[in-house]
Amino acid sequence: MRVAILGMGSVGRGVLQMIEEKNLGITVTAVADSKSALMDRDGIRIEEVLEAKRIHGFCGDKSLGAMDVVTGAAYDVLVEVTPTNAGTGEPALTHILTAMERGHHVVTSNKGPISREFSRLRSIAAEKGVQLRYEATVGGAIPIIHTLTQGLAGNRILAIFGVLNGTCNFILTRMAAEGLTYEQALLEAREMGYAEADPTYDVKGIDPAIKLVILANTICRETLKLEDVEITGIDLLTNDALRLAEEQHCTIRLIAEAIPDRGILRVAPRLLPISHPLVVEGTLNAITIETDMAGEITLIGKGAGSVETASAIIGDLLYIRDAHAGSHSKTT
Amino acid sequence: MKLEMKDAPGQLVAALKPVSEVGGNIIAVIHQRDEKQRGGMLSVQIVLELPEQRVKDLTRLIREQGVNIQRIGHERLLYQKTVMVIGHLIHTDLGDTVDRIDCTGYAEVTELNISMPAITQVSSARLLIKAVNREDMEQAMAILRRVAKEKEFLLVEPLEEIE
Repeated sequence: MRVAILGMGSVGRGVLQMIEEKNLGITVTAVADSKSALMDRDGIRIEEVLEAKRIHGFCGDKSLGAMDVVTGAAYDVLVEVTPTNAGTGEPALTHILTAMERGHHVVTSNKGPISREFSRLRSIAAEKGVQLRYEATVGGAIPIIHTLTQGLAGNRILAIFGVLNGTCNFILTRMAAEGLTYEQALLEAREMGYAEADPTYDVKGIDPAIKLVILANTICRETLKLEDVEITGIDLLTNDALRLAEEQHCTIRLIAEAIPDRGILRVAPRLLPISHPLVVEGTLNAITIETDMAGEITLIGKGAGSVETASAIIGDLLYIRDAHAGSHSKTT
Repeated sequence: MKLEMKDAPGQLVAALKPVSEVGGNIIAVIHQRDEKQRGGMLSVQIVLELPEQRVKDLTRLIREQGVNIQRIGHERLLYQKTVMVIGHLIHTDLGDTVDRIDCTGYAEVTELNISMPAITQVSSARLLIKAVNREDMEQAMAILRRVAKEKEFLLVEPLEEIE
């Protein structure tokens, strides 16, 4: 299977590294970053590209760009892992649409297009007979989309509750464990590299709300948007509140919640018993799914990271290959 | 409530049927067979929830079944929820905030733990709210959400899984 990879940030590099190390039967025929691109229909030399990126800050020919790869490279699946633009979804949206129009499958970690244009993308994928997979958009390494769409196929999803933002979970864990103030815990999250210089997207609950929209659209027929989510962040929480919670053997976590039958779509700090399965520590993510047949299922795992996210991308790639080969026979 | 009935087939069902007729919800039935009763009578305790105004109907219906009610215990506010509020609780009249729930008659703030670090800083409080039943609790929470919005509090509600 030939893949073209757009984006050489942490996720793109993780994917390249794992394809190089693991002998998965995947050939990378093109890569692009924000400044350059490289194409070779026989397969690029991954090690050299990673080395070039590390030393020079770009991967290939500066006269080429991502769209040249989308329209000109020889590939079966486009891997779209450029940075998320939650506002317009661009340029990832155009990359994905163009690739699908040309009959290519798409695997992406990009939350922008999937949260904003899901129904349009899904109908084009169906029309063109191609796969659009987006496991890496929600919950990092946790196979939540696969669980919802394949593993729990035929179930009615009654509710989803999730800890979908590692930064917020880290801050709340540190406030509860060490009695830090919100500001102190945020500072620590920055020092550890868990929080961006501008943490607004995380601490105001926007990032988990975008992920909640993606989950809700995966399980619902109607199309939901970020504006449909009632959002409260964690930035007004006090360590006193966490202490008062602890006196009752409870704690506070930022929970994203979708209950389709009641029209509930909400991200807010919530009180939970400390023994609750969604009370996970540090940057972990956790998701509970309530279903009619399977009952309750909780998945816990790493919500971010280069190789962890690569796991989700590679899972999608191999799913597409196996689904189209119609068997799991070999990996050459 | 504690009931006394004949130890014969169908008696227990006959005694419980009125509960559903008046819209009550049976939580537990405790059957005390080993308790020696005079004249072959059987003593049964049932725990149920029911809007207060329907208790009279229920006792009438149960008696019509030939079942004797020995005792009715009473716990008025069955549902409880712990919530957190964070904000300028004192400056926005904490008494009024509590009163908005208490004045409903169907829900009450029964415990309040508050932490006030400094005059300029926000306070944090834990409230225990009790209500007569689930619907009333939802109403009380809706009131609290409105108050929180109006007084610019952060309201932290418990996560409750659906049933």
